[in-house]
Amino acid sequence: MKIILKDIPDLQKLDIYESNGGYSTLKKALKDMSPDDIINEVKASNLRGRGGACFPTGLKWTFMPKVTEKPKYLCCNGDESEPGSFKDREIFEKNPHQFIEGTLLSCYAMGIKTAYVYIRGEYYKWINLLQKAIDDAYKKGYIGKNILGTNFSTDIYIHRGAGAYICGEESALMNSIEGKRGYPRVKPPFPATYGLWGNPTTINNIETLANIPEIIKNGHEWFLKIGEPKHPGTLLFGVSGHINKPGVYELETGTPLMTIINDYCGGMIDGKEIKMVIPGGSSMPPLTKEEALTIKMDDASLKAIGSAIGTAGVIVMNEDTDIVKVLERISQFYYHESCGQCTPCREGTGWLMRILKRINNGEGRIEDLDLLTDVSQNIEGNTICALGDAAAWPVKWTVKKFRDEFEKKIKKESVSLPVKNKVHSLR
Amino acid sequence: MNNNENNIILFSNDELKNIEDIKSHYPDSKSALLPVLWIVQEKYGWISEDSMKCVGDLLDIPYEHILGVVTFYTMFNSKPIGKVHLQICTNVSCMIKGGRELFKYVSDKLGVKNKETTSDGMFTIEEVECLGSCESAPMMQVNNKEFYENLTKEKIDKLLEELHKKNI
Repeated sequence: MKIILKDIPDLQKLDIYESNGGYSTLKKALKDMSPDDIINEVKASNLRGRGGACFPTGLKWTFMPKVTEKPKYLCCNGDESEPGSFKDREIFEKNPHQFIEGTLLSCYAMGIKTAYVYIRGEYYKWINLLQKAIDDAYKKGYIGKNILGTNFSTDIYIHRGAGAYICGEESALMNSIEGKRGYPRVKPPFPATYGLWGNPTTINNIETLANIPEIIKNGHEWFLKIGEPKHPGTLLFGVSGHINKPGVYELETGTPLMTIINDYCGGMIDGKEIKMVIPGGSSMPPLTKEEALTIKMDDASLKAIGSAIGTAGVIVMNEDTDIVKVLERISQFYYHESCGQCTPCREGTGWLMRILKRINNGEGRIEDLDLLTDVSQNIEGNTICALGDAAAWPVKWTVKKFRDEFEKKIKKESVSLPVKNKVHSLR
Repeated sequence: MNNNENNIILFSNDELKNIEDIKSHYPDSKSALLPVLWIVQEKYGWISEDSMKCVGDLLDIPYEHILGVVTFYTMFNSKPIGKVHLQICTNVSCMIKGGRELFKYVSDKLGVKNKETTSDGMFTIEEVECLGSCESAPMMQVNNKEFYENLTKEKIDKLLEELHKKNI
């Protein structure tokens, strides 16, 4: 079942999209449906956000004030900076008009006249591809003033980021659009009350919005039958690592991980064994081989074993992988990307990275493992945004699940090496 | 009216027109800061203090704010760099497919370390975070634009030669 990345050649072209029913849902909705009809349909479909948090999209939309004198805004989040995620660029490349149609339907539903598509600065090629699609849609009267002869008007603008992971966080994203540093904001107030320039704002992921036209066209009952009922629909699994055919695969939620790896990704390179799998981008707690063998890829199944679906960016690592080095690299990333506002995150990410570096350099101590857990627990939940959690989870869970890997490394090399530093003096 | 003169030096008339169009996308012209900084960097390769001041005059933003923004976003260069900026990803998906070895290979070949520029001013190399191209690891981006994917040492050798020829 494919909802977004359909097997239709050249679907990125406007005429091909139109001849396959494209923009007919928008036409029909503007004629026959009220904004509330659309919100109710999305709510009933139980569509959940594809950006990582799985928040129900329809419910999020209801937070927007119906009557207000202020302008309302939609931000389409294409920052896609979570290591292991590369799905939204596939939408910009293969089916941009479905995303645009979804954005327009969402704007109509919430009474929004301006939408900004925030795309990470590195996606130069994909920014141009989407801009071309937007220009074509403007020319045909799908975007702009009095869309399709109705009194519904909406503009869509692309805003190019400039290399900051944190701008994928919704309030940092808004600050970035406002021409500021990408600092997350304290919530409440939430974006629906105080968002872009202090106005009601909704932020949705690109993949979430690309689902909307099909849900409106086929109805919520159709959508609810796809995949897991509690997390219905498909996911764009971006699979990378030690597999034969890495790539983006659109599959129903609840697809077993091993089906993805063996049936779609051509199995492990050289038939090696799995050691660890990151299920949804680098901030998600990793899975052991035993967990990977039986896990189904949906929100509830992963939560049940202490992980999460995240952005469905799956990184598969084989038996030869040095887990401690991988974790050090992950920690280096969060240290680099911490915006620096909150002390636990700004300082804690550095501590994590330095302790892991010390272990990899053969200067680790066995107490470091508890220290890593302790530091991550003191970051988690104590910061403005979820970057702190994102930095803490992989450390806490990797140490817990792969403790012997760390112990082996410490014991093997620590015999002749005195402990040189306390954490404090490392700074 | 010194400020306006500066802006004319910094931007062509077409660019000024383009900036006016960008400003119209936002209710507040300060929001045009990132797009305008992109225009500066694509034209000059980096964003100097003088450029920041001119942009500040143009958009009515204090220089200090712009400095804060330029130094916050890693893709903005607040120092001059080489003609060809090689940005090699070493994050997890690339790392486990040889991204770090690739970086070391390029670094040794060009004789420069991370964020350094070759003495002829041609290449600047930088180890960067995930660029969202994990399926084609290891990979690198050149000059904030093109992605070069599924890299090998042979491909790098050929690519560096081509880039050198093209930019000499």
